[in-house]
Amino acid sequence: MNNGINNDPGNGVDRRGFLRLAGLGGVIFASGLSGWAAAADSMGVAGAEDFFFVQLSDTHWGFEGDVNPDAKGTLQKAVATVNGLEQVPDFIVFTGDLTHTTDDPRERRQRLAQFRDIVAALKVKTVYYMPGEHDAALDNGKAYQEFFGKTHYTFDHKGVHFIVLDNVTDPAARIGDEQLAWLAADLKQQPADARIVVFTHRPLFDLYPQWDWATRDGAKAVELLMPYSNVTVFYGHIHQENHHMTGHIAHHSAKSLIFPLPAPGSQPKRTPLAWDAAHPYQGLGVRTVKPEPRPRNTEYTLNELAVGAAKS
Amino acid sequence: MSVNTNDKKVDAKRRLLLAGCAAGGLGVMAIAVAQPKDRVIKVTAKRFDFSPSVIPLKRGVPVILELTSLDIPMGFNAPDFGVRADMVPGKVAKLRFIPDKTGEFTFYCDIFCGSGHESMSGSLVVT
Repeated sequence: MNNGINNDPGNGVDRRGFLRLAGLGGVIFASGLSGWAAAADSMGVAGAEDFFFVQLSDTHWGFEGDVNPDAKGTLQKAVATVNGLEQVPDFIVFTGDLTHTTDDPRERRQRLAQFRDIVAALKVKTVYYMPGEHDAALDNGKAYQEFFGKTHYTFDHKGVHFIVLDNVTDPAARIGDEQLAWLAADLKQQPADARIVVFTHRPLFDLYPQWDWATRDGAKAVELLMPYSNVTVFYGHIHQENHHMTGHIAHHSAKSLIFPLPAPGSQPKRTPLAWDAAHPYQGLGVRTVKPEPRPRNTEYTLNELAVGAAKS
Repeated sequence: MSVNTNDKKVDAKRRLLLAGCAAGGLGVMAIAVAQPKDRVIKVTAKRFDFSPSVIPLKRGVPVILELTSLDIPMGFNAPDFGVRADMVPGKVAKLRFIPDKTGEFTFYCDIFCGSGHESMSGSLVVT
């Protein structure tokens, strides 16, 4: 278990403080561990139901390399980790890069099929998928859709409106006008105080464009979301945790399940961090968000569950 | 005599005026000659490299990058200067800009082109 604090110097808000802010915007819905109901009451969130979900990201099935000598086993360990959680999550969402890129359309389909078969072992049967650029950019999502259906959609769960946005099947990292119009039409159906959670693969804001950590028209999506007071975005792509605010909208990235990447701009190239045999699976895993209700103050604790911690 | 004197004065003024104009003209020409000429640099892309990958530039000197790809569509993006262009096989895109700061700045491919896409970048070195 890794409880290290990851601060984002870019916005001057440490993680604990950030989550306190973000908690009002929706990250609380990623929790639901014991105590959430009391926390919700203390924050005046009426009618909130206790639930939690797990975000898994960037599994890159098919990748081989020294940066993860267990590339063929990490996904299975993640499945075991989730299956071993004390409380069963309501659902699981994969935020893209399910598979690693291949030019061969047949190999791409093989990898997608293998990925699908491995995650079929998840005890949680409600699983939402979305593509990453490695899955879908070279064929505009054709193979991906054969296995997992639409690349953008919405669903509702216990009073929360979830929106899955596709910013990868266009290899130029555009959401595109058509999807933006669809987003605008969907949002029009929501009241201004709707609890909205957005899933994307790439960040919607310019995190570090020099490493292609951006969405070319992401600002248009953020603009559409801005009138809504309770919005949180969860994304993948950057293989590490990062927390950022665009106005009142909180953006949280997920760790990867294949290899960690360096902090934005911390080195000339975004080459993956080397595997540390002394600390296997460091930087890889899933996280839980636990609210801690106090009489006049609600704080959140992030616990990182390394994949290696799973019983295999 | 006075008329002649006046005429001389007028002539002198005209000469000064003409000289001034000539000097001005020369000045304009001198400025035109001294204005920095656009540098043209050809940049090609192929999976997963740019050539050249390091492009030396001068601050304040306009540059035209002539961009093309040798295999599949790529992108050239230099966010520090707010410029980008598509790099399409068989076509040449011209990207003109004036570097307004010195230092080393990353340019990168912004159209996903495969599993080496993440490492496809280069440097603009502005002195």
